Amino acid sequence: MYRYDEIDQTLVMERAAQFREQLGRYHAGKLSEDEFRALRLRNGLYMQRFAPMLRINVPYGHLNATQLRRLGHITRKYSKGYGHFTTRQNVQLNWPQLDDVPDILVELAEVDMQCIQACGNDTRNVTCDHLAGVAGDEIVDPRPYCELLRQWEALNPEFLWLPRKFKFAFTGATHDRAASRTNDVAIHIYRNEAGEIGYRFYVGGGLGRMPILGKLTKPFVPESDLLIYATAVMRIFNRFGRRDNIHHARIKVVVKNWGLEKFRDAVEAEYERILASDEAGTLKLLPQDIDYMRSFFPTPAYRPAAEVEADLGALANGDPGFAAWIKRNVVAHRQEGYRAVFISLKAHGEVAGDVSSEQYEALADLTETYGFGELRSTYDQNLVLPDVAERDLYPLWQRLRELNLATPNIGLLTDMICCPGLDFCGLANASSISVYHDIYDRFESLDDQYDVGPIRITMSGCMNGCGHHSVGHIGILGVDKHGEEWYQVMLGGTPSDGPSLGERVGRALSREEIADGVERLVRAYLDLRDDAEESFLDCFRRLGMEPFKTRLYAVGEPEKAAA
Amino acid sequence: MSDASNDTATVIRDDRLIADRWTELDDETAIPAGTAPLVVTLARWRAERDALLAAGVPVGVRLANTEDVDDVFAEIADRPLLVLGFPKHDDGRALTQAKLLRGRLGYRGDVRVDGHILQDLVSVARRCGCNEIKPRADQELQGCLRALGEFSTAYQPAADGIESVFVRRRGRALPAG
Repeated sequence: MYRYDEIDQTLVMERAAQFREQLGRYHAGKLSEDEFRALRLRNGLYMQRFAPMLRINVPYGHLNATQLRRLGHITRKYSKGYGHFTTRQNVQLNWPQLDDVPDILVELAEVDMQCIQACGNDTRNVTCDHLAGVAGDEIVDPRPYCELLRQWEALNPEFLWLPRKFKFAFTGATHDRAASRTNDVAIHIYRNEAGEIGYRFYVGGGLGRMPILGKLTKPFVPESDLLIYATAVMRIFNRFGRRDNIHHARIKVVVKNWGLEKFRDAVEAEYERILASDEAGTLKLLPQDIDYMRSFFPTPAYRPAAEVEADLGALANGDPGFAAWIKRNVVAHRQEGYRAVFISLKAHGEVAGDVSSEQYEALADLTETYGFGELRSTYDQNLVLPDVAERDLYPLWQRLRELNLATPNIGLLTDMICCPGLDFCGLANASSISVYHDIYDRFESLDDQYDVGPIRITMSGCMNGCGHHSVGHIGILGVDKHGEEWYQVMLGGTPSDGPSLGERVGRALSREEIADGVERLVRAYLDLRDDAEESFLDCFRRLGMEPFKTRLYAVGEPEKAAA
Repeated sequence: MSDASNDTATVIRDDRLIADRWTELDDETAIPAGTAPLVVTLARWRAERDALLAAGVPVGVRLANTEDVDDVFAEIADRPLLVLGFPKHDDGRALTQAKLLRGRLGYRGDVRVDGHILQDLVSVARRCGCNEIKPRADQELQGCLRALGEFSTAYQPAADGIESVFVRRRGRALPAG
């Protein structure tokens, strides 16, 4: 994992001091609300419904034991004893006090953490495949490139005042686990036919009011030119992104209005100009620059397979709870005798993505006992212990169960993505968390969930789409109608591997109807599918909207949990 | 007056405060007689280049932040001063203009930025290549000078001479895995 040197450390400390000074000027009346807003957002601080919200960057979802312990301490001391994981792999505190934020920034800086550009119209936290370095389908480990990009974009003076937020996501594997094309820029790292490493760039993705998937702008950018092509894209955005209307300010609007060809040509022309100028010399990565970053992500000191492998079938025998957990939450690892373990943050009755102070501290211990001191956060608001010896799986499961972190539901119906909604967020139009609980209650029986199989339900409490409702197999969007909460339903979205956007079914459902509606959709799928091998998404793609639409609005039919 | 706000047209030039000696000329006012250096819009520069040069004073050009500096540079390359602007405190287009002027276009005259320049923008504008910064009138000039030093290092190469962090790390031993 990347460790700060004196340059990184100096920057985060000076950044914290800068914010302390800015806060002082705000209190002294020397900054308007609007001006302070722009500055605090650039330090992760959002004003929410009841209190400020502080978003802490977790670059590409990597956390070490020291950082987890510090998050335990910070959530206890400065918030209400928990922190929330987001779809961008970050941690959010919902209850910090404004005047504590400079101290929090210092406490974070001490453990190589920061909130630089966590919100605001700037480049945001870089996200990445949570199985980087351990997945069997990985072509190139994306993490060194993520860190190179993180450093290039952090406090980059040219791009600190963009028209709108700007998000990068990386993957270096065959399967896209990072929902990459929902980002402003998706970078897929791969090897060309000559075996050379390069990047496939997709630009112009984004969710929110105008959901759209990133479009291919260049099929192969040489490895050395990561920051050159990225600069070209951002320069086009900084110059031509709209600044007169916040809802049309993302780069996706430039791509849409210009058309892909014109946009691609403009980026290409800028890329060529940089290459032909002295600037190329300062931005081009040499092999040694990449090797330097790569050395922070070495292959861990795995033990020989004979010492760590285990007969999981035998272990699971007689313990159906463990067997279910192995089946749903444990995935293959490229190292023989090891597995990657998903930690579900979707236990019954909990808020999706929330982790308590005690859990942070317990997780820190677990990363050391059952791994190499690292934990990852995922796009789906869960966690991953990346390197668990097979022989450790049973004791690990027992410990996770004690912590209420072993719900065997990864990828299943109750593994929903859900934004904080009206309970916390100042932007929300409708509740998310209570709807999530209603749906959860109907399908809590694991047998039901296993029968339904892999399904992605995503929910946002407003158009801004933090719950990624546009890319759920079943997407739910909360809207306000005359002061009442209503819910639109979308079907057929998915964020990865042949991504697609959900299609709106029809009229919105009321707060009372929505959970029933989702249940009817799931029952429809169980009736309509070819066999248990056909997933909800495949079934929808085969049959189209009509049969699902009919069932969604068929009020009055017997409603009971899928059996 | 060192701690006063910037109501006397003071400019930060390099690391110190100087009086603003340039007179901004709109597109309608006649070219004045006298010795004060003038700043005109790009449109006026194009329309009245010869008359402006005949005035015998230095003439700088103000560029709107929508101007493509690559395209117009040939017309302004010999000007002693180019003025960029922040029409709002959060509109960063001038930063790309400054970066390009100093970088690939190799402009060596003075680059000034004015408009809604808060204290918090001073070091950002400096790093992009603006050697003259005119903070908004209500900003405290001493605070602005202090802000020039708020970061002692950076990741990106910039006009202040800091090299890219990647270049600076070359030759270091690889961190132990």
